[in-house]
Amino acid sequence: MSTMTYEQAMEQFDPVFGIEVHVELNTATKMFCGCANEFGAEPNTQVCPVCLGLPGSMPVTNQKAVESAIRLGLSLGCQIRESSRFARKNYFYPDLAKDYQISQYDEPTCFEGSLDVVLDDGTVVTVGIERAHMEEDAGKNTHVGGTGGIQGASHSLVDYNRGGVPLVEIVTKPITGAGARTAEVARAYVATIRDIVKALGISDGRMEQGSVRADVNLSLRPKAAAGEDQDAVPFGKRSETKNVNSLRAIERAIHHEAARQAELLLAGQPVIQETRHWHEDTGSTTPGRSKEEAEDYRYFPEPDLLPVEPSREWVEELRGTLPEHPAKMRARLKEQWGFSDTDMRDAVNADALDLIAASVEAGAKPQAARKWWMGELARTANDRDVPLRDLPVTPEHVAELQSLVDAGTINDKLARQALEGVLAGEGSPREVVESRGLEVVSDDSALEAAVDEALAAQPDVLAKIQDGKIQAAGAIVGAVMKATRGQADAGRVREIILQRAGVEG
Amino acid sequence: MSDIVDWTRATAAQMAAALQAGEITSVELTQAHLDRIAAVDTDVHAFLHVDTDGALATAREVDAARAAGESLPPLAGVPIAIKDILVTEGLPTTAGSRILEGWVPPYDATVTRKIREARMPILGKTNMDEFAMGSSTEHSGYGPTRNPWDLDRIPGGSGGGSAASLAAWEAPLAIGSDTGGSIRQPASVTGTVGVKPTYGGVSRYGAIALASSLDQLGPCARTVEDAAYLHEVMGGHDPMDATSLNEPVPSCVEAARQGREQDLTGVRIGVIKELSGEGYQAGVEQRFEESLEKLKTLGATVVEVSCPSFTYALAAYYLILPSEASSNLAKFDSVRFGMRVEKATIEKTMGATRAEGFGDEVKRRIILGTYALSAGYYDAYYGSAQKVRTLIQRDFAAAFEQADVLVSPTTPTTPFKLGERIDDPLAMYLNDVATIPANLAGIPGMSLPSGTAPEDGLPTGFQILAPAHEDARMYRIGAALEKALAEEWGGPLASQAPELEVAE
Repeated sequence: MSTMTYEQAMEQFDPVFGIEVHVELNTATKMFCGCANEFGAEPNTQVCPVCLGLPGSMPVTNQKAVESAIRLGLSLGCQIRESSRFARKNYFYPDLAKDYQISQYDEPTCFEGSLDVVLDDGTVVTVGIERAHMEEDAGKNTHVGGTGGIQGASHSLVDYNRGGVPLVEIVTKPITGAGARTAEVARAYVATIRDIVKALGISDGRMEQGSVRADVNLSLRPKAAAGEDQDAVPFGKRSETKNVNSLRAIERAIHHEAARQAELLLAGQPVIQETRHWHEDTGSTTPGRSKEEAEDYRYFPEPDLLPVEPSREWVEELRGTLPEHPAKMRARLKEQWGFSDTDMRDAVNADALDLIAASVEAGAKPQAARKWWMGELARTANDRDVPLRDLPVTPEHVAELQSLVDAGTINDKLARQALEGVLAGEGSPREVVESRGLEVVSDDSALEAAVDEALAAQPDVLAKIQDGKIQAAGAIVGAVMKATRGQADAGRVREIILQRAGVEG
Repeated sequence: MSDIVDWTRATAAQMAAALQAGEITSVELTQAHLDRIAAVDTDVHAFLHVDTDGALATAREVDAARAAGESLPPLAGVPIAIKDILVTEGLPTTAGSRILEGWVPPYDATVTRKIREARMPILGKTNMDEFAMGSSTEHSGYGPTRNPWDLDRIPGGSGGGSAASLAAWEAPLAIGSDTGGSIRQPASVTGTVGVKPTYGGVSRYGAIALASSLDQLGPCARTVEDAAYLHEVMGGHDPMDATSLNEPVPSCVEAARQGREQDLTGVRIGVIKELSGEGYQAGVEQRFEESLEKLKTLGATVVEVSCPSFTYALAAYYLILPSEASSNLAKFDSVRFGMRVEKATIEKTMGATRAEGFGDEVKRRIILGTYALSAGYYDAYYGSAQKVRTLIQRDFAAAFEQADVLVSPTTPTTPFKLGERIDDPLAMYLNDVATIPANLAGIPGMSLPSGTAPEDGLPTGFQILAPAHEDARMYRIGAALEKALAEEWGGPLASQAPELEVAE
């Protein structure tokens, strides 16, 4: 186990990193066949001769996927190649139906881009994009028996539903100069990609379902001596950590790898250039295949497909459909909504920005929308261990709930109960308020009776109020609220108490 | 036409006419072919699978539909044989390989579907070199097919089964696939007609891939006209094949009809200089020259053209084909279909299955292709081969400036004996020297009989090549030559073949 910390590693070494992000596109059908592209169906129900790789079958390119890839490429500032090709990446693996993956190799559709990433403190880091290319996903192996891994399993099952799902792989150029902020930059970069694909509407951007996945390359090199150029120091050997599938995990994986490599280097041992697997539970990586024994993928142009040749007119037309950059959009929303830096950061980190925006769109005030999503709902999501957006609550519900509060129909406490009902699937906030009888008691005669009863029960308090100690009225308000099970309007109750006591508020 | 006694000896066009005229039923016609298969196929071994029930069921449906006055496609009721490279739902499909023994595809190839829609009874699946790798059918995992002209000789390959089924009167029409000559070379050595259409002219969807950039399905028949009918059934755009041409099917039947009018005035015929001389059998060249003379008498002019890059065609072909094949055949891994030799791990299972399931020629080409695509070798091998391909395309383009069609003998020799070249892959590969350039360039090619070589009495073939998309030209010129030769021979060449012994 590493005794080195990330901070210690950063004091002694200069990190260089790169990230490969795989984005699963949300096209209706798969990359090269007509099967549905949906998550979570029964195994091997979304398959056909093409994505099962049956003898004789042939791929046909999904034009919607090409459109999505080009829009993504344009959002990353990439150039769009006038003619690009698919290639076959050959390797044997049971989840790869044809035993080759159709990908792009020497002629990716999108190349040479750059993306501005805004850190929490407003620092802007420009990340160079090497390429963004299209490919198909593989199926999924499940190992039965043993501990769930391939070691010790009695047999393995393959689900080809995911086989052929369209992916765009975005590869950065080596990123240097981030120093101790490397983990932060990496996280912000992936978050930005996630926000872009969601804003483009080309992917649901859900990291927990694997629709945005990251592989993190990291190497360390000695810090340049004072006065010398850090860029003149050659890169060290890198590791590639696969399948780092949450923003937090990206930071943790970089922390771990930097510390691990630093410890090796300081002990005079080499870093092996290899693929490593990320373990969420232990926060550590273990070696996979080392590059030395890595397979030769024998790439060659896919002869079953024609080149991708988007017309310039079409590319320009697509450029016209691009949404604003997430950082710009955030700055605009922050301004419009009057959020603090902290409000904004929390909302982004909770992946709640679009939920808040949709709630505002539905009529809620920005602060109210933030309060519900980042408070009660964030807590519930956390308790249930599900993403915020998977709660059975819509932005429209939140707007409706707040409108009921604003109209005085319910108070905050009742609103929380109404929300409980919504979360329990009892219907919309309005429906829950009705079915549970949650309206604020606004009938003065009922309130007066309750006040009289409370005052009669606590004559000493009445005396104090009449003596001018108006704050003592709180005890009576509490008693009335209790008696009405919280459904009274506390302000109105207070007015009645003062009235009855014969003093003016 | 009712003077026809044995309907298996008729042309497909005659059969179609007789069916339409009510002179014969499809059940009678289909049964006659099934009987012929039963009588001679033990010796010929053209078929890997005969679908008696399926063929007769289709025939009955067609007869019923005709009796009910339904309008039917032109070839409805005419039986056909299908090369085992094409997947057929519900019918075993092996591509001649043990690794697919017993596999019954869950879907139809596009061409299979078109055959079904044309209401043609499918007699069965024909033998072939394993995964279409070979020129003799000796590389079939299920034993060789024999040439009906001489049972000791090869019927060509890889589509030896389809060609032999025609020459043995077991089927009037057959489907073939041509990657480097697998339709034309068997046609040449069995005295039949075979056409490789323009690349993309016929959908490859459902044809088990050998080399995707070279493979093309096409018609096999005993006459040019019959091939034209089948070509029109098979051809056309298919959204399931991204490389399929989005253009109308060429008017092959009409072109063949024009050809039979025997007027080739103004047609320029280019003889490819490089496809003659050393390695070409005397009788093959003699029949080729005689055919040229016939074409001249029909009004055509003959010029010599040169395609200097053809020298490299065979070498380029034997890099591109194995490279693509090594990838196309990776899917035969035991996981989802076909043979499985169970071992302790999946890697070992895959290895053992492929070791047992594939024959030597397939392994040879997979190894060749795997090397050719390897890092560090790619540019020198696959990359260079692709450049040769471009040169060959340029040679063709230049030659087609001087001539409307190009011609050569289809194969340098008449059929050799079984076993004669099995241990000499290079000698085997040379068999396709004249047919391979068309595949590398994607242009259409046809082989039709030019006679028999005087020295051995075995069939010789005449190849016609046309520019891409100009398939119809070959049918016009082929039909003209065929008619002129048949007049001289007193009937089609196939009738000169010795009678096969008939099993009781």
